[in-house]
Amino acid sequence: MKKLLIAAGCILAMMAGMAQAQDRPLRIAFDVPYEPFEYKTPDGELTGFEVELARAMCEEMGRECEFVIQAWDGIIPGLLARKYDLIMSSMSITEDRAKRVLFSEPYYITPGAWFGKMKTKVDVTDMSAMEGKVVGVQRGTTMDNYVTENMSDVVDIKRYTTADDMVLDLESDRLDLTFVDYPVGEEYFLSEDNYKVVGEPVKLGKGVAVAMRKRDTELAEKINAALKTLKNDGTYDTIMDKYFDYNIKM
Amino acid sequence: MPEFLADLLNQNAIFTATTVGHYWDGLVTTVQLVFLSLVIGLLLAVPLAILRTVKNPFVSGPVWLYTYIFRGTPLLIQLYIIYYGIGQIDGIQDTFWWDIFREPFYPALLAFTLNTAAYTTEIIRGALVATPHGEIEAAQAYGMSWLLRMRRIILPSAFRRALQAYSNEVIFMLHASAIASVVTIVDLTGAARDIYSRFYAPFVAFIAVAVIYMALTFLIVYCFRRLERRMLRHLKPLNQ
Repeated sequence: MKKLLIAAGCILAMMAGMAQAQDRPLRIAFDVPYEPFEYKTPDGELTGFEVELARAMCEEMGRECEFVIQAWDGIIPGLLARKYDLIMSSMSITEDRAKRVLFSEPYYITPGAWFGKMKTKVDVTDMSAMEGKVVGVQRGTTMDNYVTENMSDVVDIKRYTTADDMVLDLESDRLDLTFVDYPVGEEYFLSEDNYKVVGEPVKLGKGVAVAMRKRDTELAEKINAALKTLKNDGTYDTIMDKYFDYNIKM
Repeated sequence: MPEFLADLLNQNAIFTATTVGHYWDGLVTTVQLVFLSLVIGLLLAVPLAILRTVKNPFVSGPVWLYTYIFRGTPLLIQLYIIYYGIGQIDGIQDTFWWDIFREPFYPALLAFTLNTAAYTTEIIRGALVATPHGEIEAAQAYGMSWLLRMRRIILPSAFRRALQAYSNEVIFMLHASAIASVVTIVDLTGAARDIYSRFYAPFVAFIAVAVIYMALTFLIVYCFRRLERRMLRHLKPLNQ
């Protein structure tokens, strides 16, 4: 009898635990600032395209959500270490990443673009003109991979942890060019007078998706369904139009 | 790299010939940076330590201020100030200084040199002050001038006393050099960070680099032990 009671107690506790796991808020990680996707307003509130999309997605799924701030460098290890459940921080789908995480359907794509000072006159597609140029990228981004794979013999690549440091080095002429996500460059460079886009933007990769742990296949289905609804019922477009004057929908 | 080694490495998911080459470049940069800053730092520290022991406050004061500032602030802050601060000075891009400070290597070398020179100055000063009075008085009794006394008596015995503390400073400097990667230098840590963010394998990337740092430290410890055995032989008890 005593054993039975203990067993029953254990089962009850487990069920309570499972119920709790269901109700536990989804924790979503962002690397801020990455304007206009995720950043903090002057009064400290988290906002941006992906933050609002995440809120709409959680509402659609009927789940409560918590937002976690995490630097880009450690964002996948943090996910694997269960510090949060989802990454919605402009993470492009790549083969290397897909080995470690599970991606949802992509929810946006932006091109990478070259940014430089107004005086910059170089044809970025001409490898002999690019010879010896010093190029700044953010470490581990799709842009980093693109430059590393295609141009590492030609240009001198400098890798930065944050965009702020990269802007300072372009400002002081340590860099000739930077290769960043178009919206990021728009925010950092085009808002000032002395920078411009150099050459044509390059469409890279398979788009940006929600990343989660490999085992969470059930969650992935729910997220894909929610994203699909948002894309079709106009919610996505409303949020996009608020932050962009061009189309990034995918 | 020999062909068979490259083939063997390329079967590995992370330690391919490219990444091992990246670590090697990082190792070369780290060793260059640390070795140069230690040598220049030591050359600066010896005269500074002597000035620091002078009674006249107008001579010793500025040296005290220098060591106080550089020991009183984190090396990372000093590196930020030198690397980003200098780039912000108006018009520096048009002077010859920019040829030096444009590359991240030289601002880092400057920061590391000034930092290690400050610590080494204090280590040597401590050893100078601790010179037994009897040795100095004996030298004076022989009629040695200040310069001769310094050269023959005080400095040699001070160097011996400073040796153990200085070996610590060398090891600290090696480990402190890890912050060079924040100013885009691809040193050992920078290489590890590149490989980490490419393969998302923190254990593999950082344990590999930790082992390399440990090997370097072992080498430093070994050299200093040989040096101590030679220089401090007269302090050993006879029966050992």
